[in-house]
Amino acid sequence: MSAYWVLTIILCIAAIGYFLGAQRAEAQSAAAHVARNERNAGPAAKIFAHSLPRYHGWLVVIFSAIPALFLVLVFSAGSSFLVEQQIKSQLPPEVVQNGLALGLVQNLAEAIDTLGYADRSAAPATYTDLASAAAARGLTLAPNGADYMIDIAFAANAQANTARIVGAVVAVLVALAGAAYALSRIKLRLRARNQVENVVLWTLIAASTIAILTTIGIVLSMLSETLRFFSEISPLNFFFGTVWDPRFGTTGAEGGQFGLIPLLAGTLYIALVSMLFAVPVGLMAAIYMGEYASSKVRSVVKPLLELLAGIPTIVYGIFAVVTLGPFLRDLSAALAGGTPFIQAQSVFTAGLVMGVMLIPVVSSLSDDVITAVPRAMRDGSLALGATRSETIRKVILPAALPGIVGALLLTGSRAIGETMIVVLAAGVAARLSINPFEAMTTITVKIVNQLTGDLEFDSPQTLVAFALGLTLFAVTLGMNVYALYIVRKYREQYE
Amino acid sequence: MNDTIDGCRVAGLISLDGEDIYNPSIDVVELRARVGMVFQKPNPFPKSIYENVAYGPKIHGLAHSKADLDEIVVSSIRRAGLWDEVKDRLQEPGTGLSGGQQQRLCIARAIATQPEVLLMDEPCSALDPIATAVIEELIDELREKFTIVIVTHSMQQAARVSQKTAFFHLGKLIEEGKTEDIFTNPVNKKTQDYITGRIG
Repeated sequence: MSAYWVLTIILCIAAIGYFLGAQRAEAQSAAAHVARNERNAGPAAKIFAHSLPRYHGWLVVIFSAIPALFLVLVFSAGSSFLVEQQIKSQLPPEVVQNGLALGLVQNLAEAIDTLGYADRSAAPATYTDLASAAAARGLTLAPNGADYMIDIAFAANAQANTARIVGAVVAVLVALAGAAYALSRIKLRLRARNQVENVVLWTLIAASTIAILTTIGIVLSMLSETLRFFSEISPLNFFFGTVWDPRFGTTGAEGGQFGLIPLLAGTLYIALVSMLFAVPVGLMAAIYMGEYASSKVRSVVKPLLELLAGIPTIVYGIFAVVTLGPFLRDLSAALAGGTPFIQAQSVFTAGLVMGVMLIPVVSSLSDDVITAVPRAMRDGSLALGATRSETIRKVILPAALPGIVGALLLTGSRAIGETMIVVLAAGVAARLSINPFEAMTTITVKIVNQLTGDLEFDSPQTLVAFALGLTLFAVTLGMNVYALYIVRKYREQYE
Repeated sequence: MNDTIDGCRVAGLISLDGEDIYNPSIDVVELRARVGMVFQKPNPFPKSIYENVAYGPKIHGLAHSKADLDEIVVSSIRRAGLWDEVKDRLQEPGTGLSGGQQQRLCIARAIATQPEVLLMDEPCSALDPIATAVIEELIDELREKFTIVIVTHSMQQAARVSQKTAFFHLGKLIEEGKTEDIFTNPVNKKTQDYITGRIG
């Protein structure tokens, strides 16, 4: 019995429960109505239903579906953990150590399930035969499995099946019990409406908690991997090293140097160049749209500009690497008369393209801030005989400054975290240089580099990616916090 | 200023020194400098009190030195009757003042550019009676130096502060004349209805 069936049954129970509950509440309410209207009805008969029938119905749904669904979730997590333990206990101890065998058996069990072998005798005898049978169905199994694993996989499948059936039966029973309990609770004065309200509240709280918990989880997992990295490489060498030379394990060389400085410098340099392009252009576009453009022009230009923000960054990267990079190289060659002084992959190219990507971000955020400045400010300045640009420079921009600074910092943290454009356009050479026409590289590019390919997370070469990611996170978090701080400080001053 | 409002339509003639102000050859920016304006709601800039008043003179280059500018700012604030209340905190934000003080700051800001005419669009409608009395007193003093055009919905205020009155109804000029004539001896029936409280 698959999980979908269990879910369907539980939902059916809940749906039937809804109608039964609503009906029961309706009947009680009708009976109370009759009782109230009897000729010699005393004051004790003057009872009205507290909640509408549909709330009683929903209460039944909640009681039957929520515990059952929760149970299904816990049970499936628990059973897969149990099966894993079972497999581990059957594997020879020396194979369990490296962790790969567990994955092999799990894949094998999944393949057996898909191929539909009823028992061990129906399946091919050897692992190689089974792997080729699986390959015929489009499933790839690792080549280094052993024959004894097939038995373990069958045992695991059988166990998982039993667990699944038990879980399904228990969940359905719980759903039925919940529905019965909720139905028996229904009476006129039951505050079903308020209880439904409570459940809604907790659902909303749970939804907002998920986002926060996920963030905390991400940080913690990065932190633990980073600590593993720092147990092998000293933090001093990482944070203050000026040479990036990780030396992949495949070359046989041990050690390597993991200096953050060249990457951080490249990241900040490219972000700076992109901001130098994006901020003036974006700000002026925002001023034009907020202050000068008629509503007709605005209704066309603003969506067009925001369309730029919807272009996937990889497309910008392709544009940089195929069109702009070679163009700038040839242009500089023509200008210098032969040798190009701008390389095809350079800080300048990456910054320029990233700047184009950031223009809509800057302009959209600052446009909102500028149009939020009250009209009375504009009128006051214009009435004193100031021109529009004087008004903008001396009244509107100062009034909008905190918002604009906040917008720029947010844009900056976007520039620092940007990956695809720099992967393609900035190059991979970790160099320290102040010449913007040479290739440099960024933290994000190196994370991609270190984690590309079939890897295991046990060497400093891959673990460094977590240290880099955490550093990047710390930098952008710092910028966002600072942006909020500035915005709040200025707001206090002006309001 | 009404050309910044969408859908605004103007008929008739408004002239300043014999020149039609709606003539397209007029430079509106210059015109706005010659005609000061005080709005219904006080709208000081989010700058210091000093900078608020110095804004106009700076734009029009009325001051040739820092001392000149100080002189203009101080005398404007004095004439707006705000000096005693703000003389110790000129560098504090103008938005921190009370409503009536903000409105007088806006008047100081308007007269600092030395306009010929001062337009006041219901300058007291957002103020309490005491602040209103202060502003009305101020209007009475300022009329020695400026022509003041004030829009008001309060007939008592019109009778108190004005010398000439014009009555507009639904955007049309109904009647105008000396204040005492309009209020004691109106020609038009609508004017009479309005001042006796039958309409409005």
